[in-house]
Amino acid sequence: MSDDGKNLKLPLDAWHRDAGARMVGFAGYEMPIQYEGIMAEHQWTRENAGLFDVSHMGQLGLSGEGVAEALEKIVPGDISALKAGKMRYSLLLAHDGGVLDDMMITNTGRGLYVVVNGAVKHEDIAYMRGELPDGITLNHMEDAALLALQGPKAADALARIGIAPKEEGWPLPIDLYFMEAGPFDWNGVPLGISRSGYTGEDGFEISVPNEHAEALATALCAEPEVKPIGLGARDSLRLEAGLPLYGHDMDPSVDPVEGNASFAISKVRREEGGFHGAERILTALADGPARKLTGFTIDGKMPVREGAQIFDGGRQVGVITSGGFAPTVGQPIAMGFVETALAKVDGKLEAEVRGKRVPLTITKMPFVPNGYHRRGKAK
Amino acid sequence: MSRYFTEEHEWIDVDGESATIGITDYAQEQLGDIVFAEVPASGTELAKGGDAAVVESVKAASDIYAPVSGTVSEGNSMLEEDPALINGDPEGDGWFFRMTLSDASELESLMNETAYKAFCESL
Repeated sequence: MSDDGKNLKLPLDAWHRDAGARMVGFAGYEMPIQYEGIMAEHQWTRENAGLFDVSHMGQLGLSGEGVAEALEKIVPGDISALKAGKMRYSLLLAHDGGVLDDMMITNTGRGLYVVVNGAVKHEDIAYMRGELPDGITLNHMEDAALLALQGPKAADALARIGIAPKEEGWPLPIDLYFMEAGPFDWNGVPLGISRSGYTGEDGFEISVPNEHAEALATALCAEPEVKPIGLGARDSLRLEAGLPLYGHDMDPSVDPVEGNASFAISKVRREEGGFHGAERILTALADGPARKLTGFTIDGKMPVREGAQIFDGGRQVGVITSGGFAPTVGQPIAMGFVETALAKVDGKLEAEVRGKRVPLTITKMPFVPNGYHRRGKAK
Repeated sequence: MSRYFTEEHEWIDVDGESATIGITDYAQEQLGDIVFAEVPASGTELAKGGDAAVVESVKAASDIYAPVSGTVSEGNSMLEEDPALINGDPEGDGWFFRMTLSDASELESLMNETAYKAFCESL
């Protein structure tokens, strides 16, 4: 948000409006919630490819001698082992081990490129600047937009618009595997592209200078597989993919183990610790957490949403943190925190919605199988 | 039969003491894809401005308020099976409930079609 409290405009603001978007305030920006409708956009992305403007997210460049080791104080991932062209999901940790944000960290070969959530990016930047030693430079890349091209046909579309490796020795974008990234050139425009995203589908995230964002979005949407997709479908897609949304499914009161993000705590870091809250987090890893982020399928048609209390008989045992109708699943789904002892797949609990009890079935996440283009996976 | 509108984007068809209530095309367009609706049971007493029904889109739940006071005579059971009727035919088959009015003078504060159209254009 700007200093006068108004929502800021994205570099693609006019482009979204021309494409028929309905704009809403989100994370301090006016953002497209939908174009033709959330259900149609959701299905289109699952079957073809959707273009999402996620320029509200914070893109940060970290550089300096020992940057990976320095960052390891505030994230639990093995960043110093991350090779050039590889990326990793990680968590920004408060001093007590609570999660301040989740983030993607890429080793660009020249430093680290970090993408953080839009709603907390200014807090993240201030915190990181305070925590990192003086020799480390943090550059908030406000001159770049971020587009996500997601869906089973994303690679087909991206292959056709004439993107080349920026330097010798780097692959083409479509030769990247899931969680790999590189520098590219599109008609003289520098692009940073990673094979990643937040829909559960194969896809790419593309960092592009603001002044070229419109041309890139137009070129991608000229491909027959690609339509612009709003925030509404982004939320239903990520929920079906079992991916937590920071500020809803994770917040500073949640530690990574409870938050189902133990995978983000690298093996060597489990042995050596040395990150904020290591004692709490490693104890939770060893003993198991008291509560756990859990997936639910709802019997019937009534959505169960954030804030609904979860009951086991008369006893409250948890709370829903995200929920809604899942277009691909064809029924409502949700995620929420529940006592670990009760978090067993196929277990039955109830949620309370408007004074009524709604049956919940604990369901393994993701709710919809993911389509990531993993290295070593047969086509 | 006369049709009235509210600032909450409901329409009310009044025929003598009986009224049919639904949401307008403008409202369904704003809500987007509707995935669930809960309508009041027959016999429910409604007070003007009180909660009457719930409609949920993919994104959010919204309350539907009683535009006038009265007693529900019928909820639209078709919405339970096919909530998308509200998107497809909001001012026809996608009606929410029927009621018997208890105070017809409450209709005087509602808008007619021309006034409602002007109201939507002012938003």
